[in-house]
Order: sequence, then structure tokens, then C-alpha cells
Amino acid sequence: MTSLPSLPTPKKLGLVIDLDVCVGCHACVVNCKEWNTGGYGSALSDQDPYGAEASGAWLNRVHSFEVVPDGGEVVGEAGEARIVHFPKSCLHCEDAPCVTVCPTGASYKRADDGIVLVDEDMCIGCGLCAWACPYGAREMDLAAGVMKKCTLCIDRIYNETFEEADRQPACVRTCPANARHFGDLADPQSAVSVMVAERGGIDLMPEQGTRPVNKYLPPRARKPLAASANAMPREDTDGATGLFAWLDRMLDRI
Amino acid sequence: MHPALSIIAFTTLSGLGYGLAVMLGLGLLDPAAVATKIAWIAALAAIGGGLLSSTLHLGNPQRAWRAFSQWRSSWLSREGVMAVVTFVPLLMTAWACVIEGRQAVVPGLVGAVLSLCTVFCTAMIYASLKSVDAWHTRLTPACYLLFSLGGGAVAASFFAFCGGGNALWLPLVAIVALVGAWVVKRAWRQHLQATAPLSTPESATGLGAIGHVRLFERPHMTENYLTREMGFRIARKHAAKLWIIAMALGGVVPFVLFALLLAAGAQAGPGAALVAGLALASHVIGILAERWLFFAEARHAVMNYYGG
Ligand code: SF4
Ligand code: SF4
Repeated sequence: MTSLPSLPTPKKLGLVIDLDVCVGCHACVVNCKEWNTGGYGSALSDQDPYGAEASGAWLNRVHSFEVVPDGGEVVGEAGEARIVHFPKSCLHCEDAPCVTVCPTGASYKRADDGIVLVDEDMCIGCGLCAWACPYGAREMDLAAGVMKKCTLCIDRIYNETFEEADRQPACVRTCPANARHFGDLADPQSAVSVMVAERGGIDLMPEQGTRPVNKYLPPRARKPLAASANAMPREDTDGATGLFAWLDRMLDRI
Repeated sequence: MHPALSIIAFTTLSGLGYGLAVMLGLGLLDPAAVATKIAWIAALAAIGGGLLSSTLHLGNPQRAWRAFSQWRSSWLSREGVMAVVTFVPLLMTAWACVIEGRQAVVPGLVGAVLSLCTVFCTAMIYASLKSVDAWHTRLTPACYLLFSLGGGAVAASFFAFCGGGNALWLPLVAIVALVGAWVVKRAWRQHLQATAPLSTPESATGLGAIGHVRLFERPHMTENYLTREMGFRIARKHAAKLWIIAMALGGVVPFVLFALLLAAGAQAGPGAALVAGLALASHVIGILAERWLFFAEARHAVMNYYGG
């Protein structure tokens, strides 16, 4: 059914991505493809994979942006511009436009945990859901002719044959910088909700009215490089005691 | 947005076919005339051909029947359902005309109304997408409906000049509908050019609080499904030229030709039919250009992540 659940889902499983921490290494991108090409549904195909025009279906991609404050200069490291690495995958929106446009019932939002999925056996590959998603979170698999998207690694998070630590989306599990967190954003006590409250987590494109579940933690305010330079330790022997105090006095006399 | 040929052909052909079906359903042509019978076959062929070409861009066309199931939420599904439902009264009316040489009044009227409903559903597929600013306006269905009526009236006039019936009223209807369609279309394009984008790189990344956001690096060096499907861009100068071509061929030429025919008091006959045929051909080419621009000029919100 492509009508959305009528009540808010009791759980809102999703990701919290810390833009202050992400170093843009693309490990989550690679592990996502690795896990999902062998898991749920058809493989994530590539076209011309070893050629000049390699392309393929990916469920998670890292963009990099340059942000320049008003009046800020762009002079390499000395300027005020900063680079923000920006991983992006499906945000499992509460008001998911990709679901309601689907003519076949292939796209749906789960009523119990809010995960947005595609039933590949029902998808006709019309591509309308990819048009409806403002975030570019859906990509057509050109080999299978069906729509692909992040499943929040539904085949990991509920997998009881896995160790507890591995019951996380592949991207979260692999992130070497710990920039990605997974949890229930409907529960205000959950670690992810606390993080969002403390750091002022934000929605992407709130004006699109999609009410994304995934949140992004904005980069912390940055200290200019010049300010850091001033903080070099000063020469100061006032607090010296014992042997060092004696040495200090003796050397001063010479 | 990428102007896919299959979708452009589909919306143009089916829009024209449904418009012609409206004129025929209303009984504006003489059901006993051979030209009217041919007009019915042409209308059904345009509709059917359009629908077939729309399945060409599907990844799995063999499952297309599933698209009839989600009419409660999806305009694409509604369009599919309406297309099938509309075929019933249209086939009945066409049968009455082609085989029995008479106008089936009630099925004709029902078919005319349902035809317009189907065109409306097609337009709403685009108009319902908030992610594409240019399309997300009531003017989109207004344009589709008016172009369908205009095209239908142009085609019906052609068949009238071929001997299908009243060659005075239909060209007049065509002229009025064409003027209306292009006035609304112009308003649509002004809306496209004048409105600020709903989403920006700042709102897309949430980094606007820090400053101005510019794409530094795309995720991959090469194109992907999203940039191919939604990253289509057309140079402003080309768009401006195409717009003029679309308006000239789709509006001005048929307008002038019909006005000339009316002024000359032309009756049905080979000469008048040739001129009206030219008007129809010109209109169709103009609408193809208009439809191409409808996609090519529309910008998708996802391009905020791709520096477009
Ligand atoms: S991010 Fe896109 S694909 Fe995911 S739920 Fe939202 S609209 Fe749908
Ligand atoms: S591509 Fe598949 S999932 Fe997306 S709208 Fe079409 S049928 Fe539904």
C-alpha cells in the first residue's frame, strides 16, 4: 500500500550523521554497496565498471561542500571557508512523497518502525519515486530495472544470528570516525535523540514538507587558525617547586 | 529534468488523441461521414500509441498491470485506471460511428468528460511533485487540459475540412482554444522564470547558518542515474529560441491558417483539407517542442547536492 501509515509510527528508526566528525573517507559508501549488493533484493549493478564512464547504483553517497561565511575569504587554510563532507542516503521521511506517488504498491513505509522500503517484485521501474524524492535517495538499478534505496540494513538490524554490536546498518558499523549513529528517534531517551537535542540536529530541506527521520548534526563553530597560534605555551617559571625551583634560581644567577 | 522521448511522445500523442475524442464525443462532426470514422480511428490510435510508448521507459514493463492498484494515493496509478475506464465509452461511441454511422450521445458525453479527467491525471503526476518547482503549480494541469482541447479542435477542424462536417464552428473553437492555451502556457513559463527556488544548497545541506554553500566535490567523478535523470540543463539562449519555435509552430501558424480559411469562407475540399492538415502538422511539432521544454527547463531539488 502506498498510503502512508495513518498514525506516527511507534518507532522511528534512523540515522544521525555528525557533520563535525565526518572526514569524507567514503568507507560507509563502500561498505553500504558491499553489504547491499549481496543482501536484500537484486545486486547493485554497475555499468561500464572498468571503463571511462563507470556508473552504478549506490544507496549512500558522500558529497563535499565548501561553506563560506558572509564576507569570508577563501584563501586555502588561512581563509574562513571550510569543507564539510556530507554523507547522504534515504532519510526515511515521515511524510515520504516517494511512497505516495508509487503506482504499484512497491514502495511502502513500515507502520511499526518507519523504514521506507521497495518490494522489488512489484516495482515496474517507472522511476516516479526517484523524481518525487527531493534528496536523490533513490537510484534505479539499470540491470534489474527496479528502484534501489537504503533499507537501513533491515537484514542486519533485526538479524539475531549477529552479535549485538553488528546489528547496525553497515555504514554505521564501518565508519572509522564514528560520525554515524543508528537508533530510534521516536524515543526521546535514546542515545541518538539525546545527541540531536544536545547538538541541535537539523532536518534537510524542511521546506519540502517531508519530515525526515534522519538528522544531521551541524559542524561545531570553528576557531580561526590565528586564534590557535596565540595559545602557544608562554615562558613562565613562576609555579616551579622543588628541584626545578632551585634550578630556576641557580640558572637565573649565572 | 531529462526530456525522455518516450514520455514526450506519450503526453503529446495521448493529449491530442483525448482532445480529438472530446470533440468527437460531443458530436461536433457528422457521424455518417467517412472522415469522421477515420477521425475516430486516428483518435484511438493516438491514445493507444501514446499509452504504449509510455510503457517503453519502464524497467519492468511486463508488470505494468500492477500500476492500476494504488489509485488511492498515486496520480500515475489514477491515470492508468482512468485511461482504461475511458476506453469503454470511447470504444462504444467509436463503434456507433464507424460501424453504424450514428452518434451515441450518452457514451459520447461520458467519454468526453472521462478523456479530460485522464489528461488531468497525467498533468497531476507532474504538478504533484513538490521537488520540481516549475511543475508544482495549478497552471500545469491547466496547460495540459487546454493544449489537449486546442490540439483536439485543430485535429477535428482538419477532419471537418476533409468532409467530416461543420467547417465553420470547429476552426473557431480551435482558434479560441489555441489562444487560451498559449496565454496560460505563457503564465506558466513566467511562473517558472520568476519564482525563487523552494530549496537551495543552504537548505539542502542545513549549512546555511554557517555561510554560503558551494559544491566542492561530487560523490563520484562520473555521471549517475540522478544526474542523468534530473541534471539535464539547457542553455538559456537555446531555451529562448525553442520557446519561440514552439509558440510559432504550435500556436501562431495554425491560428493564421485557420483564420485565412475562415476569411476565405472555405468549404470542405482537397485545398482546404491540405491547409488544415498543414496547421495540424505544425501544431503537433510545436507541442513536441513545448513538451521537450517542459522537461528540459524544469530543475529538480536534488541538483542542490550536485552543484546544478
Ligand atoms: S529520503 Fe527520499 S526516498 Fe527516502 S523516504 Fe524521504 S523522500 Fe523517500
Ligand atoms: S520505480 Fe518502482 S517503487 Fe518507484 S514509483 Fe515506480 S513502481 Fe514504485
